Amino acid sequence: MTDARRISSRRLPGLAPWLFISPWILGFFLFTLGPMIFSLIMSLHDWPVVGERKFIWFDNYTTMLTQDPRFWESLGITAKFALVFVPLNIALSFLLAVLLNVKVRGTSLFRTAFYLPSIISGVALVMIWKWIYSKDYGLLNYGLSLLGVDGPNWLGDPNWSILAIIIASLWGLGGTMLILLAGLQSIPKELYEAARVSGVPAWAQTVYITIPMLSPMLLFTFITSLISAFQQLTIALLLTKGGPTNSTYFFAMYIYDNAFKFHDMGYAAAMSWVMFLIILTLSVLVLKYSAAWVHYEGEAKGGGNG
Amino acid sequence: MVRTLTYGALIFLSALFVAPFVWTLLTAVKSEAELVTWPPVFWPEDWRWENFAESWAKQPFGTYLWNSTTVVVLSTIGQVFSSSLVAFGFARFRFRGRDPLFVLLLATMMIPWDVKMIPLYMEFNLLGWINTLKPLIVPAWFGEAFFIFLLRQYIMTIPMEIDEAARMDGANAWQLYWRIHLPLMVPGLVLVGTFHFMNAWNDYLGPLIFLNDQTKYTLPLGLGLFQGRHDVDNIAIAAITAILCLPPLVLFFFVQRYIMDNALGSSVKG
Repeated sequence: MTDARRISSRRLPGLAPWLFISPWILGFFLFTLGPMIFSLIMSLHDWPVVGERKFIWFDNYTTMLTQDPRFWESLGITAKFALVFVPLNIALSFLLAVLLNVKVRGTSLFRTAFYLPSIISGVALVMIWKWIYSKDYGLLNYGLSLLGVDGPNWLGDPNWSILAIIIASLWGLGGTMLILLAGLQSIPKELYEAARVSGVPAWAQTVYITIPMLSPMLLFTFITSLISAFQQLTIALLLTKGGPTNSTYFFAMYIYDNAFKFHDMGYAAAMSWVMFLIILTLSVLVLKYSAAWVHYEGEAKGGGNG
Repeated sequence: MVRTLTYGALIFLSALFVAPFVWTLLTAVKSEAELVTWPPVFWPEDWRWENFAESWAKQPFGTYLWNSTTVVVLSTIGQVFSSSLVAFGFARFRFRGRDPLFVLLLATMMIPWDVKMIPLYMEFNLLGWINTLKPLIVPAWFGEAFFIFLLRQYIMTIPMEIDEAARMDGANAWQLYWRIHLPLMVPGLVLVGTFHFMNAWNDYLGPLIFLNDQTKYTLPLGLGLFQGRHDVDNIAIAAITAILCLPPLVLFFFVQRYIMDNALGSSVKG
């Protein structure tokens, strides 16, 4: 039996698998590697959409680092956004997942309610929130007024606009929540039983069982949230257009404007590479330091690896 | 006690998550006057369903719908087909360089779209594809890392004995894929199709960059256009937003089981 199979697979030495994966290989060259190399070349040029291209070595990079305050401002805004959004996204998803993991009736209904917004993204999401944030007629400020709070001008006040974008982004946390919920449900019940029998309080169970057992998922969602936070563009583009007074002028928006508004393709390409390097560095750092707190099931835990 | 608290929290939080949808729908059927009163009117006096038809007529939304449908249908077919092919290749063959290639595939998920956006624009410009729907359709026919990963996981759960039996009966690699594995991974294909459908349907940046002419616009671009106007037509925005949300919501209710099973299924065995 096995002989027959070996012979038949020997007749076609390894061509079949390549045929099957050929769409991805082709796509990788056409739509990923090719464009990336092209973009790297562009980033070394003064590259207007029309007109003369000029090779200028690393001038784009030195210009942005030393002579472009807007580069640093937009990077700062993106960093601020990520700094608030990423932890909140994970904490809130974790909270919802824990609530859904309590065995009560109708969990699937609540699960749907939390997941629903994540299937709406882009323009529809922005339009929904724009009306909610309205200073005079918005639902949010009405809700706040019932609590006796005079709601701010969410989209018109530079102190509040970034928070408005953070809240609207958090609305779509369904995917993150689902990953954490799956993680919670895969934790063996025996661990909690044993802890309860030994009289370990609930908060300690969370700290010493739930969080360590969930750590691979927490790490995964941390990295994906970080990547999406840095790419944040659509919401800001439509909800606030970067304003008021550039308070929501994200890094990605500056790249977009450089490319498609100021038609400075080379500079935009250079900026996009800076973004890629930042994301790469942060991800590698997180992965590197995660070894200390991420616990993988089935991994031999030899003592004293500190 | 814990149960009551949990219920209270779940009800309160889910109301927060659903409220924006309800509010948008209610706004869509209000009259102009009800829109600008304080405190806000929750329940419209008379439900103006004609708002939908009137808003639809304010822009060539029929054309946008046709464009959106073209993009979504053609790219979803391509995505499901190509991703399943590649996933099968990675899951069921041993070949030199397979594992490093797969790691490379996973690594591409980390590349921000912003890095590719500019050169892709230049590339499509060179091909004469700008202001056509091709940039929104063709790349989907070359598979996407996340979907390939997802389908590969599916195929890996299917016992090798099935392949061996089919090989015994003289099936070649293509027949093995087409006749045996494709039917077996239907739940995975539904999932990939759904996720891709939603991404393509909601996509704003892609059409924004690759399309110029209003006759080529997709629905999200048309909706975005309301924004740029001086007198912001809130009822039209709400009505079109509600319409735009409808297909993903309907689809979600049909495939909800697959999404939840995929995410949570592995833990049911306990």
